[in-house]
Parts: sequence; C-alpha cells; structure tokens
Amino acid sequence: MKKFRQSLEFKPILFFILILLFCGIVSGGSFFKVSIVDGHLYGRLIDIIRNGSKYMILAIGMTMVLATGGTDISVGSVMAISGAMACSIVDERILLFLHGNVPAAVALALLCGVVCGTWNGFLVAKLKVQPIVATMILLTAGRGIAQLIADGKIVTITSEQYYLINGGYFLGLPVPFYIAMAMLVIALIITKGTAFGVAVESIGINANSSRLAGIKVERNLWLIYIFCGLMASLAGILESAGIKGADCNNCGLMIEMDGILAVAIGGTSLSGGRFSIISSVFGALIVQTISTMIYSFGVTPELTKVVKALVVIVICLFQSPEFVGRIRGLFKGQKKGAAA
Amino acid sequence: MKKKGIKINNVSLLIAVILFIGMFIYGSLAFDRFGSLATIFNLFNGSAYLIVVSVGMTFVLLTGGIDISVASTVAFTSVLSAYLLRAGWPAIAVIPLMLLMGFVVGYLIGYCVHVFRIQPFIISLAFQFLLRGMCAVVSRESIPITNAFYKAASLNRIKITIGGSTAGLYYYVFVALLILFAAWFVLRFTRFGRAVYAVGSNELSAQYMGLEVKKIKISVYAINGVCAAVGGIIFSINTLAGYSLQNMGLELDAISSAVIGGTLLTGGVGTVIGTLFGVLIQGLIKTIVTYQNLNSWWTRVTIAALLCFFIVIQRIVAIRAERQKMAA
Repeated sequence: MKKFRQSLEFKPILFFILILLFCGIVSGGSFFKVSIVDGHLYGRLIDIIRNGSKYMILAIGMTMVLATGGTDISVGSVMAISGAMACSIVDERILLFLHGNVPAAVALALLCGVVCGTWNGFLVAKLKVQPIVATMILLTAGRGIAQLIADGKIVTITSEQYYLINGGYFLGLPVPFYIAMAMLVIALIITKGTAFGVAVESIGINANSSRLAGIKVERNLWLIYIFCGLMASLAGILESAGIKGADCNNCGLMIEMDGILAVAIGGTSLSGGRFSIISSVFGALIVQTISTMIYSFGVTPELTKVVKALVVIVICLFQSPEFVGRIRGLFKGQKKGAAA
Repeated sequence: MKKKGIKINNVSLLIAVILFIGMFIYGSLAFDRFGSLATIFNLFNGSAYLIVVSVGMTFVLLTGGIDISVASTVAFTSVLSAYLLRAGWPAIAVIPLMLLMGFVVGYLIGYCVHVFRIQPFIISLAFQFLLRGMCAVVSRESIPITNAFYKAASLNRIKITIGGSTAGLYYYVFVALLILFAAWFVLRFTRFGRAVYAVGSNELSAQYMGLEVKKIKISVYAINGVCAAVGGIIFSINTLAGYSLQNMGLELDAISSAVIGGTLLTGGVGTVIGTLFGVLIQGLIKTIVTYQNLNSWWTRVTIAALLCFFIVIQRIVAIRAERQKMAA
C-alpha cells in the first residue's frame, strides 16, 4: 500500500475518484446513472470514456515525448491533417481509385501521422532544434496543409462504416474506448516489456550521458516522435468520425494544451525523466471529467473556462510537494513551533 | 585566432539581421512600392504590441522559464479596458489598473513557479484558460472604444521625413521602442540583468553565488505580465475595440520571435535586440505574403516554411560554431 501511495499513479487516480465522487454527490447520484438504451450502455460515465478516448490516445503519445524532456505542440494540426485525409478519401474527393474504402482511408490517415512524426523527429533528433520550436513549424503549417488536402472546404461525409469508429458499440461499451485501451496496452508492452521505457527515461534525465552509456538517443527520439504523430492522427480520425466530417480550422484546435495538461496532471514532469502512461491516461480522464461536469451542471458557457482553470490550478497546487508541505505546516504550526 | 571565436548568440542575431535585410531587398525588387519608408514604418505600427509582449517574453525565456498566458493577458486587458471605458472610467484610471492586473498575474505565476515548483508551462497554461474565460465573463461581444484619449492615440501619427519620403509612426510605437530600450539597458548594464542571465545559465550555481533567485525569478514573470498588459493597451489603441477571442496563439508568435532572434529556450542566451528582429521578420513575412496575394492557407504554409528555413540555418551555423569550439 505504501509503495502504491508513493507511485506516480497514486495522485491522479485519487483526484479522478474525488472528482467523480464530487460530481456524484452534487448531482444527487444522477451523474453515476448508467442505463441500457438500444442494447448498449448510456450515461455520463460512458460519455466520459467515449469523449475522453481521444485525450487518452493523445496523452499516451505525449507522455513519451514529454518524458524525453521534449514537447510536441503540433498534435492538433496533425489531427486536422489526418481528419482531412481520411474524410476526403471516404468522400471520394481525392485518390478516387480507392472508391471511398474506409480501411484504406484510415491507413493513409495514420500514414500521414507517421510522416508528420518523422518530420518532427528529423528536426528534433537530427538537427537538434528545440522541440517546442521544431513542432511549432508543423503547428503553423499543419492547418494550411489540411486545408490544401480538403481544398479549403469543410468535408462532410456519409459513411456508416466510418461513423462506427467513434459512434459504434461493442459489448455495450463505445468503440473509441477499446481503441484507447488497445493503444494503452501496446504502449505498456513497448515501455515496460522492452528496454525502450528505460531508454526514454534515461534520455529525459540526461541525453548526453545516455549516449555515452550506449543508448541510441537519435533513433529513440525519432521513434518517440513518430509514435506521438501516429497517436495524434488516430485521435484525428476519432474526432472526424465523431463530427462526421473534417473541419480543418477547428479540428483539434488548442488540443495540444489539453494533451500536455493531461500528462502534467498525471504527474509526469515536463522537464523529462520519470513517466507513467497509466497516470497520463487518468490525467486525460480527469480533464474530460472536468468538462463533462461543467456541461452537465449547466454552468454558463462564459464561466466554463474559468471553472476549468480553477480546477486545474487547484490540482497543480496539490501536486506540488512544497504546497502540500505548507498546508500541513499550517495545521501543525504549533507542534513545529514547540519543536523549534 | 581569438577573433575567429564568434559567440553563437551573436551569430543568430547576425543571421536574423541579414535575413531581414535580404527579405526586404527581395520584396523591394519583386513588388512595386514595397521598398519604401512607409513599409518599414507600417511594420513597426502593426507589430508594436508584439514587440512589447516579446520583450517581456524574452526576460522569462532567459531564465529558462516560459509563459504562455500572455495572449490571454493581452485579450483580457483589451476587453476589460474597453468595458471600463464604456462604463465611463477615465483612461488615466484604466491604464494603471491594467498594468497592476498584468503585474499581479505575472507575480502569481512567478510565485507558483518558484515557490511551489509547478512547471511554468502548466501554471501559465492554467492562467491562459483563466484569463480567456474571464474575457468571456466580461463580454462575449466586441466592445468598441470611444474614449477621447484612446482615439487621439489611435489616429494621430508623427510624420517623419527621411531622404524625401515621408511616413508616419503612431505614438505607441515610441512607447514600444522605449520599453525595448529600457529592457536592453536593464539586461546589459544592471546587476539585475546579469542575474537574469546567471539564473538562466545555471540556477543552482546562481543560488550558491548568493543571488536572490526567488526575487529574480518572480520579477521576470512580473515584468512579463506588465509587458503583456502594455501590449494589451497598445493593441486596444490599435484596434479601438476589445474582443474576447482576439490574439489566439499570440504567445507562440512572441516565443518564435525571441527564438528567431537567437534566444535559447533553455535559458541564459539571448538579447532583446534579437527579439526585435524576430518580430520584424515575422511582420515582413506577413507583408510579403499579403503582397503575393496568396490564399489564406498558403499564408500559413509559407510562414511555417520560412520559420523552418530560419531555424534550420540557425541550427547549422550553431552546430558549426560548436564544432569549431570543440576543435579549438
């Protein structure tokens, strides 16, 4: 138990449960109500895992990038590119020989993510540009590229097969949740089952000494950015399947902030080093729960962001050992005074 | 032999200046009426607020921190001041209040960063959400500014004639340049400025040297907050309106300006003069793209391509300089 309390996963899980309990109590239990409609589960909790899936997927990719001490702020643009790619193919606007084949569209959209990730990896690993600057290039260019793919239009699609990616159900649970969990399992196998996880952590702590210790820093950085791009394109496909179309201007706008936030709430340091993908997934769930909570309580739209910001600030403060120490000090003030 | 050992940050600044001049010459050759004093002055008029915001950002980047709340601070300043001015407040009360607001926001971020050890990116992100949200609380619609002082500052220009051609600079450009000069002076010649570089190079050794790291780090965030508020005031004078969604992504413009000008995000290296050229280069890119009459999505791709070009050149030169250093 003590080991668990000291692990990175402890606080995010605790916060997640606390927020859920808070929502449940304030809403008088209706927040937890899960009913069965049309043979699948339905309720706020299901909403959270469905809408939270794309944050979870983003957070999985982002965690590894942040663990190396880098950042990828281009994920929102990569989402827009992959969404535009997939939707344009499904709607038979480009690559007509595919005849709107959905699996092919998805595969090509994922390939876009890999290409974007390779580009980021090239800048960061090969040219050693500062990650935030390197990915800013794609952040700026990405939406432009997406619009070039979609020919400057909002592409709307009608393909039941494609809708299934976000709206479908399997054994009562939404499909995106299974996709997110599959990605989580893959990421865990890669990081825990091989030496890759240790290499990532080591690069984040000190890239130079990692190289001297024989870790292929450059190659690993490439792989990490490619993986992050792949996750971003997957999130983009989910998003476009959710809104049944690709909106290059607004798809994933500012989502990189939410992704980084999810990882940070999960307790992974942005300066690199120790990381936990599981806690990032819980971080993503916390971010989504806050949004769902705000909507379901009918907070006026004007206040949405303010409430979100305040919750985030409180969580950040309680993540900080210094702050917690101070609060404890306030309660134990007399004791300490006596000891001194 | 000593002359050969050029400093990396000087090289970046030099590249920025050369590229700025090169782009200007290209524009002058390619387009009619481009190569005039008016183009340069309009560059200053249009990016005065960005200069102020980027100067503030440079301070934070020099200590190795980052503050992505500035865009929201600018938006909040312009919305709140438009709201207060519409409610009948005099400009002389609104402006100090805005500066105070910027100071408080910056101070709080700095305090959380240093004392509570929260990562600067995250806490300033939270403040970004907070201020953007506060904008919407004040007003979701665009509020026009009709205050006499703001209008006077917005419409009057100082005409300057150089070599037969005349062009106008707005008053607020001089405010921006004054702030730039003050920042340059402080960073270069004062004890505080040296301490900022020292903290950015190595916080621990700065502490052991007896520098008051806490005071310095909180100060840079407070300076940045005040600069963002000044930027917001200039912006609201410029547009004569306050709107809650304006300036999305300005923080990245500010950061990339500093980076193009040779500031390292890891801290300790950079100058505000470089930042000035970073701002001007970005402004010039936008001007050229406008002259080219390109689609809006091509604009983005072009800006990104040029940004990429800069960064790659900077890196190549820096890598060569490092190699030379190693060889020496």
